[in-house]
Amino acid sequence: MTPTIAILLIITFLLSTVGLLLLIWSIANNQFSHGQEAARTIFSSGEEGIGEDPAEKSTEALASSPDVELLARHQADQSSRKAALVWIGSAIFWIIVGSFYGLLASTKMHIPDLLGSSEWFTFGRIRPMHLNAVTYGWASMAGIGIALFLIPRLFKTPLVGGKYAILGSVIWNIGLVLGLGAINMGLSDGMEWLEFPWQIDLLFVVGGALCAVPLLLTAKNRTVSHLYVTSWYLLAALVWFPILFFIANMPFTFPGASGATVNWWFAHNVLGLWVTPLGIGIAYYMIPKILGRPIISYQLSLIGFWSLALFYSQVGIHHIIGGPIPTWLVTLSIVHSVMMSIPVITVAINHHGTMMGNFGRLKDSPTLRFVWIGALMYTASSLQGSMEALRSVNVITHFTHYTVAHAHLGMYAFLSFILFGAIYFIMPRLMNWEWPWRRLISLHFWLVSIGILIYFLSLTIAGWKQGLDLLTADTYFMDIVRMTIPYLEARTLGGTLMTMGHLVFAFHFLAMLLRRGESRDQPTLFRPVNVKKEMIR
Amino acid sequence: MKRALAIMVGSALILLLATLTLVVMPYIQISSEQVPDGLKPYTAQQLEGRQIYIANGCLYCHSQQPRDPSYAPGDRDRHWGRPSVPGDYTYDKPQLLGTMRTGPDLFNVGARIPSLDWHLLHLYNPQIVPGSIMPPYRFLFKVVDEVAEGEKEIHPGKGFGPEKGHVVATEEALALAEYLLALDHTYPAPTLPQPDTMKE
Repeated sequence: MTPTIAILLIITFLLSTVGLLLLIWSIANNQFSHGQEAARTIFSSGEEGIGEDPAEKSTEALASSPDVELLARHQADQSSRKAALVWIGSAIFWIIVGSFYGLLASTKMHIPDLLGSSEWFTFGRIRPMHLNAVTYGWASMAGIGIALFLIPRLFKTPLVGGKYAILGSVIWNIGLVLGLGAINMGLSDGMEWLEFPWQIDLLFVVGGALCAVPLLLTAKNRTVSHLYVTSWYLLAALVWFPILFFIANMPFTFPGASGATVNWWFAHNVLGLWVTPLGIGIAYYMIPKILGRPIISYQLSLIGFWSLALFYSQVGIHHIIGGPIPTWLVTLSIVHSVMMSIPVITVAINHHGTMMGNFGRLKDSPTLRFVWIGALMYTASSLQGSMEALRSVNVITHFTHYTVAHAHLGMYAFLSFILFGAIYFIMPRLMNWEWPWRRLISLHFWLVSIGILIYFLSLTIAGWKQGLDLLTADTYFMDIVRMTIPYLEARTLGGTLMTMGHLVFAFHFLAMLLRRGESRDQPTLFRPVNVKKEMIR
Repeated sequence: MKRALAIMVGSALILLLATLTLVVMPYIQISSEQVPDGLKPYTAQQLEGRQIYIANGCLYCHSQQPRDPSYAPGDRDRHWGRPSVPGDYTYDKPQLLGTMRTGPDLFNVGARIPSLDWHLLHLYNPQIVPGSIMPPYRFLFKVVDEVAEGEKEIHPGKGFGPEKGHVVATEEALALAEYLLALDHTYPAPTLPQPDTMKE
């Protein structure tokens, strides 16, 4: 071992140890002293024990029996209306675009000659268009939109400076159109997750920064003494993403193999430090709110937060295990990937522990069903991810469809489900209108659930078999390709169902914007409520 | 506001730590790596071909990183080459390591298949490899009535080309094929443990 490597190893080890000691110190010194009281800040007085599912006839009900706290919340909800609607509406547009490109890319993998003469639809261009449309269009925009709605609620004060967020969304959307157009024209920057040309990336930096303005202004005005754990995740995510995005997109800075480390440091942090905190933060709000029951351990949720920050930020290099980079670096990322089980388990205890004894509510509440399944898939995909980072497993799964299945378990079954659920919760609050058709929510749910199940199972099996065969040279390469075809076809079937689900969802969202259907004084649930009415506001 | 600030500063610091370990330190270490003697810089045409490779997303199905045979013996046994070392990528801006092997690794495809004609034909019609699911790149070729001086004609075979005229490669197709031919890293890598003369 050369002295340089030894020194680097020692420094890394020391830094990690210092981080861990800081964590232990802060726990020992009661830096996490909020206690269970803080877990209740999301409820108004006397609201604990009463679930909140999409709106009652809020305005009228409030007018007849004025309640200061609920009135304030109603005002907070209304204050974020325009900003949240613009971001969420754009997100839904992009999930339709992204699904179309994803489905086409999937189909082309088993019908390679489909649209074969067109450079605009060649696989190598539409695949990154799918990824960028769903990541920066759907997931990021929906996440920001939901954050814009949640922040005033969490801080119990109206949103200040919403117009900055609206301007931000315009710039962000322009960035997406230009970025996707650039990829389609073959002007990609050439690294996965970083395809948008760096000049266009500046638009996202500006758009995102404009969003931070109302969030910071609102945070300054807050009237709550405790910052609920959801705000921790949202605030941190909004700090992390700009830093990550900026460093990784710095042009001409990282050539050759060090470019690969930056590439995957960024790409995994988009998952770990951007969409994951958004997703679990939202679930931390929705699950207790709908059940009317505080999370079971507030202390644990904060340990989960800091350990996520510490461990998730250093897992990226597990994407290039066996690659031409220093071994210590790979080992560091593998260790952190395995350590990720700590935040994952703390989050799991809180999410699923809070559900204990309330699983019956999954039968009626659309939000709870989507969000809890999303939370469950977070646990599953994270633990799967820790396993995949181990060298002995990675040697099989690396370079195969298995990784693609895993990515969709995370980005779709975890994140997108939580986003769907949250949108079902938020829209009635913003529009003062209930979702028009119960059956459409049900249809959406079953289409996307069955779709992702088929998707995940087919690619997982295909990828595993592919990986085993690639380990040695005993099977001809083309025989491996042939083996995967039926699974790729099954993936297209799953993707078709998911796309149909998104169309149903988008249609329902439009109907909601136009206030179609009849006026109702009860939330739209999967089945008519038999629960006593006062149990659900 | 104090606590909100603490959260934001704390999370930024943690990310800084990660940036130090995952970005800065590898960058310093890798940039001091020895450049192998056998590695040649790309020519202008090969660089143009590299851009075509990027523009059409070849990296989404092809990796460029054979692994150590003691870890993944298949890479060597499929003749994809010796394990790659950081120095091999000195002229790669950006890197194209890739993360999928829907198709084979291409790090040494120029050495494995050193034929310009084969590469052009394969780009025009990848199904000359039976069962291949690679998409065709016919848009990198044009059909002319007569082949002009200096143009490179390919012969797709009866039923695979146009009914009339000749198929010739565009500048892009030629550049891409030249880039593929340049993917040849069969020279010895000084930083790998040498079988006969152990350096350290």
